[in-house]
Amino acid sequence: MAETTTHVAEPTRRDFLYIATGAAAAVGGATLVWPFVQSLAPDAATVAAGAPVEVDLTPIAEGQIVKVFWRGRLIFIRHRTPDEVKSAGDVNVASLRDPQSDAERVKDGKAQWLVVYGNCTHLGCVPLGQQGEYKGWFCPCHGSVFDTSGRVRGGPAPTNLPIPSYTFVSDTKIIIGQEEATA
Amino acid sequence: MSQHPTTYVPQSAFGKWFESRLPIAGLVHSSFIAFPVPRNLTYFWTFGAILVFMLVSQIVTGVFLAMYYTPNADLAFQSVEHIMRDVNYGWLLRYLHANGASMFFIAVYLHIFRNFYYGSYKAPREVLYILGVIIFILMMSTAFMGYVLPWGQMSFWGATVITNLFSAIPLVGETIVSFLWGGYAVGNPTLNRFFSLHYLLPFMTLGVVILHIWALHVPGQNNPTGIPIKSGKDAVPFTPYATIKDIFAVVVFMIFFAWWVFYIPNYLGHADNYIPANPAVTPAHIVPEWYFLPFYAILRAIPDKLGGVIAMFSAIIIWVFMPWLDTSKVRSTAYRPLYKQFFWVFVAVCVLLGWLGSKPAEGYYTLAAQICTVYYFAHFLIVLPVLGFVERPLPLPNSILESVMGVQKGGAGIPAGANAEPQSKG
Repeated sequence: MAETTTHVAEPTRRDFLYIATGAAAAVGGATLVWPFVQSLAPDAATVAAGAPVEVDLTPIAEGQIVKVFWRGRLIFIRHRTPDEVKSAGDVNVASLRDPQSDAERVKDGKAQWLVVYGNCTHLGCVPLGQQGEYKGWFCPCHGSVFDTSGRVRGGPAPTNLPIPSYTFVSDTKIIIGQEEATA
Repeated sequence: MSQHPTTYVPQSAFGKWFESRLPIAGLVHSSFIAFPVPRNLTYFWTFGAILVFMLVSQIVTGVFLAMYYTPNADLAFQSVEHIMRDVNYGWLLRYLHANGASMFFIAVYLHIFRNFYYGSYKAPREVLYILGVIIFILMMSTAFMGYVLPWGQMSFWGATVITNLFSAIPLVGETIVSFLWGGYAVGNPTLNRFFSLHYLLPFMTLGVVILHIWALHVPGQNNPTGIPIKSGKDAVPFTPYATIKDIFAVVVFMIFFAWWVFYIPNYLGHADNYIPANPAVTPAHIVPEWYFLPFYAILRAIPDKLGGVIAMFSAIIIWVFMPWLDTSKVRSTAYRPLYKQFFWVFVAVCVLLGWLGSKPAEGYYTLAAQICTVYYFAHFLIVLPVLGFVERPLPLPNSILESVMGVQKGGAGIPAGANAEPQSKG
């Protein structure tokens, strides 16, 4: 016994076998875990249901906010009044928490239409329209304030309300979930 | 169990035959019959039994509710109303289960604060204590997922807010959240998997509870003096003393439980949860269940998303380090005059945080929550380590017996040897 334990300065073939077996088991285990974890991700039907949706803008009156769903997520389509567009533009962009000009957040020549995700970037509540200090949105859960461009101006939300990918197919129709071909 | 070899001797021939094959009767005998229990335990030591009762009660009512409930976003709300209106005694099962969660938390908080007061977390009970923290985390996860199942407005938005906590994690946060949801928002896949986990976690809890009780039976129970059992005179056998006392406490607790179930079954819930989930509208005032409020207040006190999430989780994780943060060698707060005051301030801060968590996050409420949050962490990181060095504890009794009977002179009425143990601070 003592003899064998004192002379193992050099790795033996058995050591190699132990390590190789352990490594194979570890790799095998990780491979086996993979499908289980992956099954938790959005499934094929959910992904397929995320096809682009078309929205007709004609019934949306000036000053109105309409809620639509795409991929199960709430989207606000806001027909902004000229005052709201102006107040969104009259901002020192550098002073914002998540600096972005209003022009970056709308499509060229369509400044009256603001399309943003409708869940607060803090913890996902639905902010209330035309409320808060900037008359944009106010989140009742934890007090985040957004302006008429959907940019965060106060409260715990870290970023602006994100813009979904969408494109104007005509002056009065958008497709959400589809970016312009030219982009 | 391991330190108390069984003295159990089976009487019948079958008993002998069985015991030699599976010595379970001996295990039960040494753990719950002959097991020595400190003779000075108060009713604060009955919450372990009450908690076991609540876990069993939740599992039994839950298994029956699962027979009538449908974990589908389109049917869940209806199926809960079906339980309430159509299923025989469905209302009772549901109210027992819903209020049972609150009773479970009342009992666990008393159990936890008893442990804080009497220093039960200190050596040699650190592993026992950490297993308890794990049970508490499992309980919180289970309660959260259970609250989602009725798929009312509070269910839906509670699920949205809590799952969004994970989106604060840099880089991988959004991916983790979509894996939690099984979609791009809280929806049917989320409800379905929460139901599965809500059924699984109580059984995992049960497993950890068994380890918790096992770890308890190695050093034995702590007691109001914090000093260990030194002789047989300090202890009484578990049966009948602890058994009867535990049963009595459980019965009293059942009366308290029944009062909620039969008189004010919806008092601890929210009216908004009787409105079916609507992903387009958030309730005006969303608050979690009362047992999460102190942690929710800590989350909201930090004006930064990631910071708030870290603070909230740290508020529980910090408990794990308590055996090492507390530098005092005296277990029981009864002998720590200075710490006793800090302990009650800490209790007040926790209650205050709970109240603040139920208030809107604005103005003075936020400021007060921030002050309380700072104090909460200071209690663990400053008060506990420093007091051990500066505090002068009161003299400890020589034995548990002496603390109960008083110091006897000349051995009058007290058997010789009971006072013979040397003084110990441990």
